[in-house]
Amino acid sequence: MTAVEPQALNFECETGNYHTFCPISCVAWLYQKIEDSFFLVIGTKTCGYFLQNAMGVMIFAEPRYAMAELEEGDISAQLNDYEELKRLCTQIKRDRNPSVIVWIGTCTTEIIKMDLEGLAPKLEGEIGIPIVVARANGLDYAFTQGEDTVLAAMAARCPDKSPVAEADKSERNAISKLLNFGKKKEEVAASESEYVDHPPLVLFGSLPDPVVTQLTIELKKQGIKVSGWLPAKRFTELPVLEEGYYVSGVNPFLSRTATTLMRRRKCKLIGAPFPIGPDGTRAWIEKICSVFGITPRGLDEREALIWEGLEDYVKIIRGKSVFFMGDNLLEISLARFLVRCGMTVQEIGIPYMDKRYQAAELALLEKTCNEMGSPLPTIVEKPDNYNQLQRINELHPDLVITGMAHANPLEARGINTKWSVEFTFAQIHGFGNARDILELVTRPLRRNNSLKDLGWDKLVREDAKV
Amino acid sequence: MKLAYWMYAGPAHIGTLRVATSFKNVHAIMHAPLGDDYFNVMRSMLSRERDFTPVTTSVVDRHVLARGSQEKVVDNITRKDSEEHPDLIVLTPTCTSSILQEDLANFVERASIEAKADVLLADVNHYRVNEMQAADRTLHQIVQYYIEKARKKGELPEGKSEKPSVNIIGISTLGFHNQHDCTELKRLMGDLGIEVNTVIPEGASVHEIKTMPRAWFNLVPYRELGLMSAEYLKEEFGTPYIDITPMGVVETARCIRKIQQVINAQGADVNYEDFINEQTMHVSQAAWFSRSIDCQNLTGKKAVVFGDSTHAAAMTKILAREMGIHVVWAGTYCKYDADWFKEQVGEYCDEILITDDHGLIGDAIARVEPSAIFGTQMERHVGKRLDIPCGVIAAPIHVQNFPIGYKPFMGYEGTNQVTDLVYNSFTLGMEDHLLEIFGGHDTKEVITKGISAESDLNWTKDGQAELNKIPGFVRGKVKRNTEKFARDRGIQVINAEVLYAAKESVGA
Repeated sequence: MTAVEPQALNFECETGNYHTFCPISCVAWLYQKIEDSFFLVIGTKTCGYFLQNAMGVMIFAEPRYAMAELEEGDISAQLNDYEELKRLCTQIKRDRNPSVIVWIGTCTTEIIKMDLEGLAPKLEGEIGIPIVVARANGLDYAFTQGEDTVLAAMAARCPDKSPVAEADKSERNAISKLLNFGKKKEEVAASESEYVDHPPLVLFGSLPDPVVTQLTIELKKQGIKVSGWLPAKRFTELPVLEEGYYVSGVNPFLSRTATTLMRRRKCKLIGAPFPIGPDGTRAWIEKICSVFGITPRGLDEREALIWEGLEDYVKIIRGKSVFFMGDNLLEISLARFLVRCGMTVQEIGIPYMDKRYQAAELALLEKTCNEMGSPLPTIVEKPDNYNQLQRINELHPDLVITGMAHANPLEARGINTKWSVEFTFAQIHGFGNARDILELVTRPLRRNNSLKDLGWDKLVREDAKV
Repeated sequence: MKLAYWMYAGPAHIGTLRVATSFKNVHAIMHAPLGDDYFNVMRSMLSRERDFTPVTTSVVDRHVLARGSQEKVVDNITRKDSEEHPDLIVLTPTCTSSILQEDLANFVERASIEAKADVLLADVNHYRVNEMQAADRTLHQIVQYYIEKARKKGELPEGKSEKPSVNIIGISTLGFHNQHDCTELKRLMGDLGIEVNTVIPEGASVHEIKTMPRAWFNLVPYRELGLMSAEYLKEEFGTPYIDITPMGVVETARCIRKIQQVINAQGADVNYEDFINEQTMHVSQAAWFSRSIDCQNLTGKKAVVFGDSTHAAAMTKILAREMGIHVVWAGTYCKYDADWFKEQVGEYCDEILITDDHGLIGDAIARVEPSAIFGTQMERHVGKRLDIPCGVIAAPIHVQNFPIGYKPFMGYEGTNQVTDLVYNSFTLGMEDHLLEIFGGHDTKEVITKGISAESDLNWTKDGQAELNKIPGFVRGKVKRNTEKFARDRGIQVINAEVLYAAKESVGA
């Protein structure tokens, strides 16, 4: 580390030798989100073993996912891919009757060049169930990017014309249906007047339903109507996407989906910081408002109020340092929020950095650092975990946000860790969930308060290597 | 292609990694795409390792696909060599490298010129062998390599140790209760006056391997791991091996008698009969348990057993022979070892099931309706669904199967542990059953814990819908908080918006 502080964000790229989840893990949350789907992962025992262990207890709850486990005959093309997939998909149709089967292509299907995109439309015609193909493999992507590949494929399935009758439209649309629940047509028309007249806005990114509701309400307070959400609760409720619709992402790892929506569906992307943390949520709303020419109301007070409510947690981390090893692409947004909380970010490791899609988020990070008088962190793309461990050893951060492979060994060396995967499964979006982020971030530090003075924070022998 | 939701045995590379990381100062480098290093997570989480798992990946990405790994694998090996100075680096192929068919052997050859460490390519094919078979092969490969290396250098020890001694082969990381079994076996050997020459692979240095021929005999407690190595040592040095799993009172005695025979044949003069008698009658509680009224009540109760060969066979014998329990069927997922399993349990159960299809197992359990199941975590969940208690006796396992307390399955303390496991499974089932007959402990209606019995507030449908999404165990609290919030502010109708506003205000 040099003494001179960099003037702009500093980007580096290492070897890509880091630990992360395989992108096929996205089936774990997507099959739960899209209730009428079935995810078929076409891969090997290795993929199955990962899913089985990573998903823990979920595996026993009759999940709507399965492996199409490739055998030696499949690899050497002694078996016919089409016939094999037809046999399996027919069985799935019979047993589960889903509205869509999502094929997850893996490293193996890439290497043996199985033409999933070619086979799907043919088989779809034959068995009568839509088949969506997503190549979420470890050759190309990391962890949450799996969702990105699925949503990019789903984007192509969104209807391009709203059905003629207005009644049908609200039928199609899960969000407005939810908000207009049980109301008569006149009432719906009346509630329409709560909204400002603006072009249709569709949000993309898979979030738990309560968070969807919260963010939708948040925009409603500004008179902005969310016409649909990709993905919706059911595949049959995918939102309409017409040329000229506005879209906005709620998660930082959705660059392919954004690209697809812009290029294929001719939508206009609202590039905003992501609604993570009260500062991010506010900036997200402000950006959407500004695009629609709306002056946001009451955001100052609202953000201030949220921060006030967070003070007991912020107190714990203010002035402390944090090191992101990087594995899920939420790192920039989380770092920005934590800087605003008064933390110093020593390094932001990240698997992949799309500077265009994340432009507004990066700008907000830089601005936040300047306003808080915090040094601008280095962003390390494709980090090298071994080198990072050396840096951690040197810097001795107050908190390391990392994967489970390194968490226990670091704890044994007296370094506080927070398991990064929890940030992907916890509810962290919007004003109301800022506290949940801090609940996670402060947990190891609160644990330390309970255990302090016991004198056993370094639990490996001195000669143990980092 | 095979439709699969669950698998009992992991892929081959897991076996190789389990063996490699069990040794001290051995590093494994996987030739694999990003995300295949999930082994590190499992080792760090399940066995709560304090040290970094010595496994790194030489990442296979698009570039590798297009141009081959070229220098990458060699560079990664030499880099790891200079960073960590391991004794041995094991290059580990995965399903991906199996198809790419790169000349990994060539990389190993090139890397071993530069590296100070020894470098080996694990000789396992993803599509031919599973986790257990791969572990067995890798262990054999490493043992053979270091024996041959020592032989070339003339470092092999002359003759046997002075006193009778043993190599315990097959204790490994992520193995079911392996650590505790290892301690118990060492203690047993101590009691028998036998020196433990080496324990392989857990905690051993590869330099210890060359001393293995000093042992009088080899003990292979687990059927799945170590037999190939023991067989190799028998061929090379004529060292006899014992593959009787000392699990259960009868089998432990059989194992000890075999040890007696093997070392007496080499000139020792021992008689362990008194020891066996003393342990069986007075130290282990299992023999007494089988006479007690508790166990009498279990007579003829139905059970099913499923797991790896070692544990399923041993449990079946314990249940049938030592406790008088009716084992309706016993099964294993070690299909490659089916003959041995059939021979072992043939006379102790009505039916034998050899399969790795968990659906079949689930159906077979439902069909039989046993009073207790002894199986893996998967069977435990089947039991939950069918309301049948289950004792977990084999991998696949979860973190709760890596207890901190001392819980061996082997030796005389192991018999005590197994007794508790069996008895607790059955009484729990009985207790449940009795409760059902008498309609539960507490038949009174639960009175709501609300601040007021009747709520004067109206919940809109969307508000109610949001409330219902909140997990049951906190829903009551959220409801009360929201109503309090509404009352304080004079809000009459509670919708989703009010619900979340209330959530924010209490900061929960």
